[in-house]
Amino acid sequence: MGTKIIFYIVAGLMILFSILSVSTTRVIRAAVYLLFVMMLMGGIYFLFGYNFLAGVQLTVYSGGIAVLIVIAVLLVHNIDHRMEKIPLIEYLWKGSVLLGGSILTIFTINQFPFKRIAGTEDVSVSKIGTQLLSLGEGGFILPFEVISILLLAVMVAAIIIAKGEVTKNEEK
Amino acid sequence: MGDFTYTIWIFILPIAAFLITGLFGSKMPAKVSGWIGTASITVALMLALRTAYQYFIQVGFVEGHRPTVFAYKEVWMNFTETLTFDMGILIDPISVMMLVVVTFISFMVHVYSIGYMKGDKGYYRFFAFLSLFSVSMLGLVVATNIFQMYFFWELVGVSSYLLIGFYYDKPSAVAAAKKAFIVTRFADLGFLIGILLLSYHAGTFDFMTLVSEDGPLLAQSAPPVFMGLSIFGVALSLIFIGGAGKSAMFPLHIWLPDAMEGPTPVSALIHAATMVVAGVYLVARLFPAYHGVDGGVVLNLVAWTGAISSLFAAIIAMTQDDIKRVLAFSTMSQIGYMMLSLGVSGMEGHHGLGYMASMFHLFTHAMFKALLFLGAGSVIHAVHSNLMSDMGGLHKHMKITSWTFLIACLAISGIPIFSGFFSKDEILVAAFEHNKVLWAIEYIVAGITAFYMFRIYFGIFWGKRREYHHTPHESPMVMAIPLMILAALTMVVGWAIPFGNYVMPDRMAYHGHIEWSLAIPSVAIGALGIFVAYIFYFKETSLPEKVSSAFGQSYGWAKDKFYFDEIYQFFAHKMMFAGVAAPIAWFDRHVVDGFMNGVGWMTETFSYLLEGWQSGKVRQYGFSFVAGLLVILFAVLYLNGFIDFKG
Amino acid sequence: MIEGITVYDVLAVSTIIFFIGIFGFVTRKNLISLLISTELMLNAVALNFVIFNKFLYPGQIQGYVFSLFLIAVAAAEVALAIAIIISLYRMDNSVDADDMDTLKG
Repeated sequence: MGTKIIFYIVAGLMILFSILSVSTTRVIRAAVYLLFVMMLMGGIYFLFGYNFLAGVQLTVYSGGIAVLIVIAVLLVHNIDHRMEKIPLIEYLWKGSVLLGGSILTIFTINQFPFKRIAGTEDVSVSKIGTQLLSLGEGGFILPFEVISILLLAVMVAAIIIAKGEVTKNEEK
Repeated sequence: MGDFTYTIWIFILPIAAFLITGLFGSKMPAKVSGWIGTASITVALMLALRTAYQYFIQVGFVEGHRPTVFAYKEVWMNFTETLTFDMGILIDPISVMMLVVVTFISFMVHVYSIGYMKGDKGYYRFFAFLSLFSVSMLGLVVATNIFQMYFFWELVGVSSYLLIGFYYDKPSAVAAAKKAFIVTRFADLGFLIGILLLSYHAGTFDFMTLVSEDGPLLAQSAPPVFMGLSIFGVALSLIFIGGAGKSAMFPLHIWLPDAMEGPTPVSALIHAATMVVAGVYLVARLFPAYHGVDGGVVLNLVAWTGAISSLFAAIIAMTQDDIKRVLAFSTMSQIGYMMLSLGVSGMEGHHGLGYMASMFHLFTHAMFKALLFLGAGSVIHAVHSNLMSDMGGLHKHMKITSWTFLIACLAISGIPIFSGFFSKDEILVAAFEHNKVLWAIEYIVAGITAFYMFRIYFGIFWGKRREYHHTPHESPMVMAIPLMILAALTMVVGWAIPFGNYVMPDRMAYHGHIEWSLAIPSVAIGALGIFVAYIFYFKETSLPEKVSSAFGQSYGWAKDKFYFDEIYQFFAHKMMFAGVAAPIAWFDRHVVDGFMNGVGWMTETFSYLLEGWQSGKVRQYGFSFVAGLLVILFAVLYLNGFIDFKG
Repeated sequence: MIEGITVYDVLAVSTIIFFIGIFGFVTRKNLISLLISTELMLNAVALNFVIFNKFLYPGQIQGYVFSLFLIAVAAAEVALAIAIIISLYRMDNSVDADDMDTLKG
């Protein structure tokens, strides 16, 4: 019962911060709200007993990505920068379409009979480690390698793009 | 039967001349283009004469009939299994006769034009058009089927248009060309509808099938569909409208006087001898059908149209001052004779006299009317005016022209030994035997004809002696020789050619003789006409003015051609333009164009609306993408029954 | 431990967060806001992987591993996106998505 209440509280906060994140006019605040959402997401993973995943979530997302975004914001904007307000009419009609879409989706999901299998087995980190690097059945060595190459490529690309050539801005 | 395949060269040569002079005429010396055209038509004339000799003399009669020979007959287009559009050369008595007439007159006109058109800046253009016209007319007369005839019929109309409007920097010539084209085109609409009706119901275009006794027209008795006429009767009437338009029959004659704006040799060739008789030729070509369908009701229409036209034109001709217009109305009058003669003809033996007379008159008329026009051209060439009031006393200056003109006038007045007497006599005999009223009309017209022809003859060559700016002189020999040849033939062909032996509706030999009981009165009235003209015009007197004023108002009517142009103008402007064309134009401008503009406006507006979507903004694209995805999701779920609104 | 929480509850949460992400994506003009919205959506998807693995295939680790991969890809994506954003900012002196309309024909 206690877990349930915690889940609802965490879920409610997550939705709240998500909404704040997309509706605030200050970019820096939006980044901070995103950070909260990610941390709460990590909390949910903890709640489900996926401790390793939660750890990765906290370190990579909260620690890495969110901070990266905050730095980007500081790079391109003054810290007091306020974005222009979105017209109410746009809020209303886009919001209502997407609200309808979400209700439809939830409605549809609720129609689907998921077969829940009661299992309490926790996924141990060692199992994940062996599976990730396994060549055998159920092994993830190929995606793992692909991801590593992707990360490498992205790092190179990020450096090249961010370094950039002599741009118009600098010419002036 | 003999081999007639060489007849194809009668067409190829003028076509070649047309192409060479038309395409390269501006590059070569002017004289050369004239010589090319003349040479080609000379060879064509030789071949036509050879064809006539071979057909009439060597082949002669096959089983007592003149045969029909197809020198060529190629399928050009297939409309249906049975309905084909052929191109070919049909050799039969009237087509051979027309070949000779067309090539001969064309040859004369070519030779004459070398002198007449000398120094004109459109010299080569003129000869190119003459060649084009010759080809078109020849193609028309040898048509194996009605569609080929229609094809060349329109080509003839085009060349006529080009030649009338030859002096295209003269507004009146352009207007006349347009008028001739539109009026004949309007009549050709009837022709076309007639062809379509005929081909649809008879299932063939072919002349020989159409007129054969067991053909679809004559064998079937189609039920009446319109005013007592069967569908074939209606079709033939419509075709006759086309012929009447081309032959300037009442009331479609209004283009012919204006067509005199063209160069005079053109008037001689096209508007006197050949093209204007195309209508007569058309009726003659389909004569068995006209005679057989609906008991010849349509043929009566032909006869009365001819009679009214000839009387009408003759009355107007008496009052005109422009000599070319007098000749134009006289042409109309003479074609009226031919039409009437066809209209009163029967098929067999002596009853076919009218047909023979019509063709005979066509033949003789081509000669003497071409002679008259060429003579008039010679006079105009000397005096530089078309108006009779500017002429007079020219006899002593232009002896050759005067004498040849006299011969032609005697021929058209029906004085014995001249060709016109023989053909006109046959016509009057045929009319007398058929219908006394028609005969009476033509009898009166014969007198009027003699009067107005000698009116212009005396008016030009005798009458008042007037001073000219520079003394008129006889035309050069290249113009005078055609006049003399035509004059000689005019004196000879009437009695020298036993025409009935050659051309009869039943294709059998017929030996006509002069019906003196009818010939003598007609000669008498012709002589009377000449005598009256002599009194009025040989010496300058005040008699004409007195007589014309005695006629009072009606003289003015005739002089203004009975206001037919004005009536047409009224119909065209007040009724067609204001009553029909203007509302249609309004409809076109506002409703049709409005609809089109509306479509354009809608497209434009929508494109502006859509342009907003093509913003290049990722967010909008993303939203559209999501919204579309949601719609598809919803649709798929609904269709698969995942969502049930009832439950 | 997780008694009383149904798969539907968690899926509803992830759906809502996903749509909030879309909402942010379609209403915001700032490129960084767009990036934040994308992160929200990615998180929602990762949650889906986790919840399916946990509730439907508890003995297996596919969903788990995919979540890990997803986090890695998201990190890479963010790094790249921020590089692009900064580059664009240097070029146009703007991070307004509506200024980036070179897609327009």
